[in-house]
Amino acid sequence: MAIIRKMVRPVIEFFLNGEPRKLSDTDPNLSILEWLRTEMHLTGTKEGCASGDCGACTVSVGVLDPGSRTLRYESVNSCIAVIGSLHGKHLVTVDVLREEPAHPVQKAMIECHGAQCGFCTPGIVMSLFTLHTARQTAPDRLAAPPSHHELLEALAGNLCRCTGYRPILEAARRACAETWTPGGTGKRFSGPDWLQDSAMIASLQRINGEKGSLRDDQGRRCDLPQTLEELRTLRATYPEARLIAGGTDLVLEITQQLKDLGHLISVERVAELQTLTIADDHLYLGAGLTYRQLHEVLPGHWPHFAPLLERLGSLQIRNRGTLGGNIGNASPIGDMPPALIALDAELELDSLDGVRRMPLADFFRDYRQTELQPHEFIRGVRAPLPKANEHLLLYKISKRLDDDISAVLGAFWLQLDNGTVSDCRLAFGGMAAIPKRADAAEQAIRGQPWNDATVAAATAALASDFKPMSDARASAGYRLQVAGNLLQRALLETGSHFDSAFPLTVTDYA
Amino acid sequence: MRKLPDTIVQPPASARGTAGSRIAHDSAWKHVSGQARYIDDLPEPPGLLHATVGQSTQAHARIKSMDLSAVRAYPGVVAVLTVDEVPGHTDIGPVFPGDPVLAGDLVEFIGQPLFAVAATSLRAARQAAKLAKVEYEPLEPVLTTKDALAKQFFVRPSHTQQRGDPDQALAAAPHRLQAEMHVGGQEHFYLEGQACLVEPTEDAGVFVHTSSQHPSEVQKLVAGVLGLPIHEVQVEVRRMGGGFGGKETQAAPLACIAGLLARHTGRPVKYRMARSDDMVQTGKRHDFYNTYDIGFDDEGMLQGADIMVAGRCGYSPDLSEAVVDRAMFHADNAYYLGQARVVGHRCKTHTVSNTAFRGFGGPQGMMIIERAMDDIARHRGLDPLDVRKRNLYGPGRDETHYGQIVEQHVLPELIEQLEASSDYRERRQAITGFNRRSPVVKRGLALTPVKFGISFTAKHLNQAGALVHVYTDGSIHLNHGGTEMGQGLFIKVAQVVATAFQVDIDRIKVSATRTDKVPNTSPTAASSSSDLNGMAALDACETIKARLVDFAVETYAVSADEVEFANNQVRVGKDRFGWADFVQQAYMARVSLSSSGFYATPKIHYDPETGRGRPFLYYANGAACSEVVVDTLTGEYRVIRTDILHDVGQSLNPEIDIGQIEGGFIQGMGWLTTEELMYSDKGQLMTTGPATYKIPAASDAPEDFRVALLAHSPNREATVFRSKAVGEPPLMLGISVWCALRDAVASLADYRYSPPFDSPATPEQVLRAVTATRQWLADNGGDSSCKSA
Repeated sequence: MAIIRKMVRPVIEFFLNGEPRKLSDTDPNLSILEWLRTEMHLTGTKEGCASGDCGACTVSVGVLDPGSRTLRYESVNSCIAVIGSLHGKHLVTVDVLREEPAHPVQKAMIECHGAQCGFCTPGIVMSLFTLHTARQTAPDRLAAPPSHHELLEALAGNLCRCTGYRPILEAARRACAETWTPGGTGKRFSGPDWLQDSAMIASLQRINGEKGSLRDDQGRRCDLPQTLEELRTLRATYPEARLIAGGTDLVLEITQQLKDLGHLISVERVAELQTLTIADDHLYLGAGLTYRQLHEVLPGHWPHFAPLLERLGSLQIRNRGTLGGNIGNASPIGDMPPALIALDAELELDSLDGVRRMPLADFFRDYRQTELQPHEFIRGVRAPLPKANEHLLLYKISKRLDDDISAVLGAFWLQLDNGTVSDCRLAFGGMAAIPKRADAAEQAIRGQPWNDATVAAATAALASDFKPMSDARASAGYRLQVAGNLLQRALLETGSHFDSAFPLTVTDYA
Repeated sequence: MRKLPDTIVQPPASARGTAGSRIAHDSAWKHVSGQARYIDDLPEPPGLLHATVGQSTQAHARIKSMDLSAVRAYPGVVAVLTVDEVPGHTDIGPVFPGDPVLAGDLVEFIGQPLFAVAATSLRAARQAAKLAKVEYEPLEPVLTTKDALAKQFFVRPSHTQQRGDPDQALAAAPHRLQAEMHVGGQEHFYLEGQACLVEPTEDAGVFVHTSSQHPSEVQKLVAGVLGLPIHEVQVEVRRMGGGFGGKETQAAPLACIAGLLARHTGRPVKYRMARSDDMVQTGKRHDFYNTYDIGFDDEGMLQGADIMVAGRCGYSPDLSEAVVDRAMFHADNAYYLGQARVVGHRCKTHTVSNTAFRGFGGPQGMMIIERAMDDIARHRGLDPLDVRKRNLYGPGRDETHYGQIVEQHVLPELIEQLEASSDYRERRQAITGFNRRSPVVKRGLALTPVKFGISFTAKHLNQAGALVHVYTDGSIHLNHGGTEMGQGLFIKVAQVVATAFQVDIDRIKVSATRTDKVPNTSPTAASSSSDLNGMAALDACETIKARLVDFAVETYAVSADEVEFANNQVRVGKDRFGWADFVQQAYMARVSLSSSGFYATPKIHYDPETGRGRPFLYYANGAACSEVVVDTLTGEYRVIRTDILHDVGQSLNPEIDIGQIEGGFIQGMGWLTTEELMYSDKGQLMTTGPATYKIPAASDAPEDFRVALLAHSPNREATVFRSKAVGEPPLMLGISVWCALRDAVASLADYRYSPPFDSPATPEQVLRAVTATRQWLADNGGDSSCKSA
């Protein structure tokens, strides 16, 4: 409580298109998009869905990573990012890109006829602007032209209904080969220098040392604690407040269900939650790590995380969504929990009472119900590192390959010794009200030779493990059939007959 | 990545941006810099209110009572209106009655507007609207096409088109097959949702800014609900953030409601739908239930066909009469059916009223015959491409089942070219080899044609007007009845004007479509807007040019053929004048430099009573060859290569046309693959946003995507500079993907079995087909050589 009272005036500070901004007396439910369009009358950024699925609202956000003296720009869905998330950052919107000579992305988009109706275009321009900026500041990436994969990664979260994407991809390729030439005097926002303006960075460094909070005249508030200690106290004092990290799911309650959330506690700025430790036998992942950050580390230990994380949401979502959010949200179709359950990960919950640990599998009680107490928060996850005879196979099945929620996620950890499964953990998403292990199927596999007969037995056992539901993503029958077939895929992939000339998945087919 | 024919024939010109040039969309810079204004971007007038509606939660019910006190009391709410407060007409059905602007005592779909709310913020209006207490008396709903067919529950009468004696032909045919299939609907998912901004005028009327493909209809319906003459309502459309048919009739209800609220409160009102409301409350592409009974010979040549197409229209007629007509007109696609009967039903269901969507029923009709082509091929052990080629219309086999003669036989040659350029035969062989050896992943290939009739089938809509002003500095203002939704209509018509006057395109400014500039316009639809508005603009230009020629003849004593417009100049005998100079001279000589223009499509007629006529001025053609990979364990797939050859006649703008072709293909592919509309058993749409309704993303486009325009193919009909329509036809090129997926699955039974395969072909649907094919193999003693699969 004392910590809160010390704050004289709830305020957040950031930069918008190179200019400092201070906000107080602002409803913390406000999205960046709403703020831009209604308060700033900057209408270049569009609302296509208000749910983070179409990318028309994409903006570029410059972030000062701890210890860094340069801003790293990332694409963000402004429709589902609350205004408080901007504290200490630099928000860049399409509205600033109006000076000639045009940015290479804009120039190429015109030359390649990459815009038809133009409504998705500002979002696409900002996704590509962000890609272009990242490449320009990373000489190793600049050396080669962007791969098709890299372009798709940048654009998977931007839907276009007119062009069929071919000209947009061509524009992206063309733009990445060019640098952004500054215009003459008086053209402050042409050329890239202003993106790393030293005075702005100095200001942001100062702001980043300050806590920031928001409150409006209705008493709605958002707190942005900096330390675990502050977070623990806030959590204990206001157990009814909602924790928010990236907000990629929570904000849907505001924009889709039209709820007014009275109190948000953002965990985004708590440095300890960004912990990433690699020890001899385990990996510790702080709850605040984003999918983007996880993608930098997990595939090195378990290669199957690479395709999974590349298909989890879109880049805009992966830049904001966090490990802790994915777990705490407890959706039956979250992609990280089954994978981590298969790894036998341990969850750390933190509060003023101290730290509690439990197997992640035990955290989920029922549909969106967990062991988390109102005064607690998720601090991190500990996962044992792989040994030679262990396999982690992760299979995401969705209606659309990119930026779609899983119909079924199969996460299989297998310990194979001379063709026998000495141990296994089979976890599934989308098959029950919670991410859940397939006990009967595991029993059918454990200790058995790893062959067709065993997989057939395990597949049969899945029917007793799961009674999946039918919904907009898939029918119960499909879910059950695919769950079994994924075991078959795992067998083929780990088997000795695997011939790389005949890939097992369409994503591996080049 | 793509090839273009070397020679695009252009009218002789040296002015910049004339017809045939590859210039950019007129709003390109505004698009990429976020400066293009859509409705929600317009500066908000003082006192602006935001509108929404309360929605029915029942598919079919009587309203017993409606308590709106909590809605009215909600902070920020300024007005709440029910149907009782509508001063004029309460039915806003666009063609036939049946669409109440606000429900009376009966509701017929979940989401139907019950009452309208205006509040000081959009959020307040939406939150307030949820507070209504409505008591319903539930009635039995009809929710599926099959149920409606069984009950003969239709929004409009059924029609039949017949040529010859199909029953006899079917009985006599050496081979006969029957099948049924469901073809899914489609949400438009224009990126800009429905929106309008309505301001009361100083008189009794309103000024409407709307995102609509049909401003004249918005004008008429808004005037209707307000009980005013049409001239009291002005409608302006600058641009839409996508339309695809979804803003042909569906924008009008918003304008009517905003108009009512604006007149009621005396304040400007904006009504912008949230995406989830848009998806629930506005119509979509009709899903269809189709059947065929076909007879054919050993070579797979059709001898007779009896085809039924039944569209799910939803609760009201809207445009369904014509949509199902067009499905019937395209149940042959590109093939001579022999003796044929096509019956079309317009099924009524208690769901949202389905509406226009790019292709307008044509794609749904085509699906049944494209399915039949594959079925014939599997039945006879033939390559589907050979069956398709054999059945194409050609000389002597050129009369459709509705009596129109196919005059331009573009497809046989076009398909030959595409077959060669896509290496169809070599790839077919390679794929068959791959599939024999690959345990899980199978490849599929298909080459399918499109023949699409161009003209509105409602004859009176085939007219257009334009207005051209030449100013004294030589700059030109162009206005016409067509609307810009990204398809490039404005730039194409401007190119027509640049060509007519032989001046640079930068001299021409196209202004927003407005009902007080060009009246009584048709919707921008049916792919015909360049044909219609281009010709109307050309007519206006020719009128002005004729006056300029007369002026030159009188002033400089030359003959009319000594006056020539070329390269921003006017040559008069031996003299050359700059365009602006000459225009100034004409102005000083009191020559009118402004004209309207008009065009009505010739030749067309159709009699719905007899089911015969010539509904189309011509047909547009194209073909696509797509290759896919399919995972037989999960049904997942990817399109890895698509080759398209499309006929746009003599292109007005090849880049714009290619954009339409690529975009149409991907949209058609989405319709037939991942875009799945799902309703609960209560009639509630479950896919209400992009989280559950999946339109293609960038990675769904084939990485190898080759699109070319057919060279040397001027329209034989006298269209504007011999171009051909391009808006809708490419959508149906997406059928090649659906056929390729089925081809990949059929490989499991060595192409001897054609599995049932309803659309959309989601991974789940593909896996169902895989399972059916394996079952067929098991039942027919076949040996699935891949043990693992």
